[in-house]
Amino acid sequence: MALQPDGSFELGQRKLIHKNYLKNDTMAEALKVPTMAEYMVEGKKPEVLFWVGCSGSFDDRAKKITKAFVKLLHKAGVDFAVLGTEESCTGDPAKRAGNEFLFQMQAATNIEVLNGYEIKKVVTACPHCFNTLKNEYPVLGGNYDVIHHTQFLKDLLNEGRLKVEGGKFKGKRITFHDPCYLGRANNEYEAPRDLLRKLEVELVEMRKCKKNGLCCGAGGGQMFKEPEPGNKDVNIERTEQALEVKPEIIAAGCPFCNTMMTDGVKNKEKEDSIEVMDVAEMIANADEL
Amino acid sequence: MQIVSQILFVIALLAGVGFFARNIKRLIRNIKLGREIDRTDNSGERFAKMARIALGQSKMVKRPVSGFLHIIVYVGFIIINIEVLEIVIDGIFGTHRIFSFLGGTYDVLIASFEIFAFLVFVGVVIFWIRRNALNIYRFLGRELKGWPKNDANYILYFEMVLMALFLIMNATDYQLQLNGADHYASEAGIMGSFPVSQFLLPLFDGMSNATLIIIERAAWWLHILGILFFLNYLYYSKHLHILLAFPNVYFSKLSLQGKFDNLESVQKEVALMMDPNADPFAAPAEGEEDAEPEKFGASDVFDLNQVQLLNSYTCTECGRCTSECPANQTGKKLSPRKIMMDTRDRLEEVGENITKNGKFEDDGKQLLDNYILREELWACTTCNACVEACPVGIDPLSIILDMRRYLVMEQSAAPNELSIAMTNIENNGAPWPYNQMDRLNWAKEN
Repeated sequence: MALQPDGSFELGQRKLIHKNYLKNDTMAEALKVPTMAEYMVEGKKPEVLFWVGCSGSFDDRAKKITKAFVKLLHKAGVDFAVLGTEESCTGDPAKRAGNEFLFQMQAATNIEVLNGYEIKKVVTACPHCFNTLKNEYPVLGGNYDVIHHTQFLKDLLNEGRLKVEGGKFKGKRITFHDPCYLGRANNEYEAPRDLLRKLEVELVEMRKCKKNGLCCGAGGGQMFKEPEPGNKDVNIERTEQALEVKPEIIAAGCPFCNTMMTDGVKNKEKEDSIEVMDVAEMIANADEL
Repeated sequence: MQIVSQILFVIALLAGVGFFARNIKRLIRNIKLGREIDRTDNSGERFAKMARIALGQSKMVKRPVSGFLHIIVYVGFIIINIEVLEIVIDGIFGTHRIFSFLGGTYDVLIASFEIFAFLVFVGVVIFWIRRNALNIYRFLGRELKGWPKNDANYILYFEMVLMALFLIMNATDYQLQLNGADHYASEAGIMGSFPVSQFLLPLFDGMSNATLIIIERAAWWLHILGILFFLNYLYYSKHLHILLAFPNVYFSKLSLQGKFDNLESVQKEVALMMDPNADPFAAPAEGEEDAEPEKFGASDVFDLNQVQLLNSYTCTECGRCTSECPANQTGKKLSPRKIMMDTRDRLEEVGENITKNGKFEDDGKQLLDNYILREELWACTTCNACVEACPVGIDPLSIILDMRRYLVMEQSAAPNELSIAMTNIENNGAPWPYNQMDRLNWAKEN
């Protein structure tokens, strides 16, 4: 259970990998990621705050999504900043596990930071952060225009700030797994699909999709615990539904779903033929950013 | 003789309606055991939602076969109730087909009742086959064993019998009219049009008017007494949805499904905790000295809100929630339908306790553990599939969440690994034990 020397940490059913964590890794500055604190010093305000989230900050797989999204923001010339070390868990897993105290404390702390910087607009690549910031912070005094990164990317494309062509995904058979907290919870089904259509992929839908989409099994705090006894894991069931439509790529829009579906594909020993990718990664990879 | 039958009818009617009123009072008393919740806002939107989902059955048809059959039974039920009105008036005043003065309109009405009665009969037979002969996942749940399964079948048998009686009544009535029997035949000709029951006439071929009258009267009486019985069966069965679906949808949550309710009591405590000027030793405010600290979450029906309790009475155990539940589909113990059934069963138990003792006497039981198991609660992914699936706006997830709140905040009884994740969030702002100061390291890694 403890933090391993390789930087990995096992909690519940998922092993989180953070291989650089215990290394003193000072690689060359690869990405320019301004923080709100730096903006404050310069007396500037960014167009949008990028809320990275815990997975996006610490999980090796999710960090790739974070970086892909940052590259897209740079490419589109978006003036953005992150909170960096001032960011903290939104409290989503705590709230859904029933720990309203912890949720409220996280919310109060985060709202103090966000309001302190007079944040107006927030974009995040995590539907759990998205839902919590958008729906559960306002009553506690945190009122922001919160959007999911797929919605933001769609806006950038519509405004012509970002251009995308099919590139290497053109004609590929792709299915999109709806994250519960983007889809059912917030009625956003089209933004990620619109992005995929822009990539000129062959979009195929699973038997259970959109409003009827099946959960990947990670929500409600399940990400951090062993599943209750049953005859199958939820992510295996969902992966089987995805395999039915024979995709080359399973597209996701949530770091938790990404982990669950990746594990499911590995369980089915299909990792050589099927990739699990975030929509933002696909857009960034389409022209090899 | 006629007057005796009229008096008997009025007595039966008063008894049936009176008993029903008593049950409705109990139902309202039981619902009021829950916490108050204000769902009176946005009445326009609420009415529109009710019209769409309850009246318009918009969610029923998401499953086309059962949805279509249900609409037939639903429309049939409403339409045939117009006929019940006529039966009641005839019964009280000893008249025969009082609405027949409507002439051609009456013929159309009776004809449509007949057609619907036939369609309802067929629909109900198909429902029975689906429930008993086909292996449909949602009818096989462990919570449907015993009474719930029998209950469902009794309702179906009841509807079959009522429709059959209605058609027999019409057939014999028609035959009596054709025979020119007293009280039945009218100089104006045949009253009503009998597109379905005319095919039953051969059954009554050659019977005397006296025999026909006995059969007609028997069918008439059994039909109306059956309806009065059914009205009172509702409270004891899963069938209350025919009434409660409407208020239930009206009072259902309007906000986005992802928005979970805010616990104001916790919000206040956290605000106090984080306020550097708060005096931890301050005396409680005037009038609040003896106030018991509010319980967090729910361990029994008293802790749930009134809409959640209304939900439990409305549930008709169709199991669409359970068949969409990711936990249930993968063999976990959780079934959102069982959450609703357990809530109602416990509420009824508490209600009977109150009826018997005048007030609630502690029975050493509660909703948690005695009905709903922790293993069920911890299997939920909060994905909202059950909420989306419910055709009458029930929210099983809100009960699961309230019970988790009790487990975590009152009992510190979260599963161990979840506790570790929450401790991590508390200590370093992430579910994993990585230092908050390292949150931006990703930007420097390759």
